[in-house]
Amino acid sequence: MDRGKFVERVLFLLALSSISSLVIITIFIFEEGLPLIFHTGLKDFIFSSHWAPTKGHFGIAAMIISSILVTLGAMVLGVPLGLACAIVLAEFCSERLRGLLKPTLELLAGIPSVVYGFLGVIWLVPLIRNYLGGPGLSLLAAAVILGIMILPTVISISIDALTAVPDVYRDGSIALGATQWQTVHRVVLPAASSGIITAVILGMGRAVGETMAVIMVAGNALKIPTSILDPVRTLTSNIALELGYAAGRHREALFATGIVLFVIIMILNLSATLLARRK
Amino acid sequence: MTISPADSDNYQQCPLEGIITLRSLNLYYTGFHALKEVNGAFQQQAITALIGPSGCGKSTLLRVLNRMNDLIEGVQITGEVIIDGENIYAPGTDLIQLRKKVGMVFQRPNPFPLSIYDNVVYGPRLHGRPPRRELENLMEHSLAAVQLWDEVKDRLKASALALTEEQQQRLCIARLLAVEPEILLMDEPCSALDPLATLRLEELMRELKKLYTIIIVTHNMQQAARVSDDTGFMYLGELVEFGETGQIFTRPKDVRTEDYITGKYG
Ligand SMILES: Nc1ncnc2c1ncn2[C@@H]1O[C@H](COP(=O)(O)OP(=O)(O)OP(=O)(O)O)[C@@H](O)[C@H]1O
Ligand SMILES: [Mg+2]
Repeated sequence: MDRGKFVERVLFLLALSSISSLVIITIFIFEEGLPLIFHTGLKDFIFSSHWAPTKGHFGIAAMIISSILVTLGAMVLGVPLGLACAIVLAEFCSERLRGLLKPTLELLAGIPSVVYGFLGVIWLVPLIRNYLGGPGLSLLAAAVILGIMILPTVISISIDALTAVPDVYRDGSIALGATQWQTVHRVVLPAASSGIITAVILGMGRAVGETMAVIMVAGNALKIPTSILDPVRTLTSNIALELGYAAGRHREALFATGIVLFVIIMILNLSATLLARRK
Repeated sequence: MTISPADSDNYQQCPLEGIITLRSLNLYYTGFHALKEVNGAFQQQAITALIGPSGCGKSTLLRVLNRMNDLIEGVQITGEVIIDGENIYAPGTDLIQLRKKVGMVFQRPNPFPLSIYDNVVYGPRLHGRPPRRELENLMEHSLAAVQLWDEVKDRLKASALALTEEQQQRLCIARLLAVEPEILLMDEPCSALDPLATLRLEELMRELKKLYTIIIVTHNMQQAARVSDDTGFMYLGELVEFGETGQIFTRPKDVRTEDYITGKYG
């Protein structure tokens, strides 16, 4: 066997092992979590909000709702901001400035989430407590921090989608007497829409999955929030907070929560892939 | 082909006035001198063809006429381009009005990835909020003017990208007519089309000439000879010779024109 063939084999095995780790993780989560779902019943597990694992109550509805609200809040803040950034960078600024700003924004993605959480705790949380009331640790705080954390994803994928729109569309529009903004608004954005939706979905995936920063600023109270200033506990937070001491059914229930997250993320990624392929 | 000296003495090579008049036009792409001292006048309700070898500046000259070169960084222009009596490079020129008046058809058909209907009404919607009735009339007229109405009237909501290349190019012309321009600039509008479609599009140009002034860039000399009234021959950024098409093709005055039309260089 010559050297090239050997290297090829090794690379193939390495690739295989990373894929198989995905398979193993999947099997593991389902194996650990499914028994509880069968035990409590899927309906009670998902639709009951009574979570008292030591007393045998495993309803995660409050956490599902909290996760959804935190994610939606992050999208409401992060998507318009990210999209505006992407439009300015892709359409309205010079090549040179874009070359400088885009990598800078991508650096945001490299900041560890615990740092976001830390900044949230020392700046954002007191700000909310002092000016808006409530404990400060809240749905709002989590949404704002997550809204910032999804920016790099939303911005860089949206920029790619916008720059992939052929210039002939822009020229055609300008030549009809459109302003640059009209051109972006009426031709470029519709042409890039599937890429932009992909950016939003992947940003959403990031927001649903984020744990550390959320635990630090969300307050982690186990109830359905009635105001954006209420503290909330998301699905991911709950797993991270309780896994350390959970055993038996309780432990299974946390894995079952993992299954729910897994399914949500799969659906999001799959729809992003399908949308990207439609183009 | 010989040139009689008597002829060239009397012949007014460039008419001095036209709907478009170019005076000492120079254009530089960051240092590269792409148009050199171009003088000329294009006549109203006529088809003017611009011919010349690749890279001689035909597209550049065409883009000067509706200031599409403004979109390219580092372009510098000197001289005057007078359209309807106004220098379009004078400060304060309204580019939107200019581009409404001087429309452009591109080399490859570039309908927007929208429906056929939305493509045609794109221009009118930019410049106001015409009532639906009016838009629909305008759309029907524009599509009829390019002989596309009968083919697409049952699928106006379908994507424009589903049309054939020929239909797409017609749609692009219709989209232009809907903004009611005076001058149509066409940059090799037939280069993506087969020979029969090309002939049909030329027929359309002759039809449109009755209402519009057309300037067409073409690589195809037969096409220039078939459709145009006047022809300009460009070479290395100069407008070497400009005159009535029959004269340019049968009695060119400049040896470079003669070399080009007899096929000495591509
Ligand atoms: N954006 C640009 N930046 C720099 N140089 C350019 C640019 N566009 C065109 N040029 C140069 O200007 C010259 C004229 O280009 P132009 O596109 O007008 O030629 P053309 O006659 O239309 O050629 P073709 O027949 O190949 O379309 C060429 O030498 C070209 O390389
Ligand atoms: Mg050209």
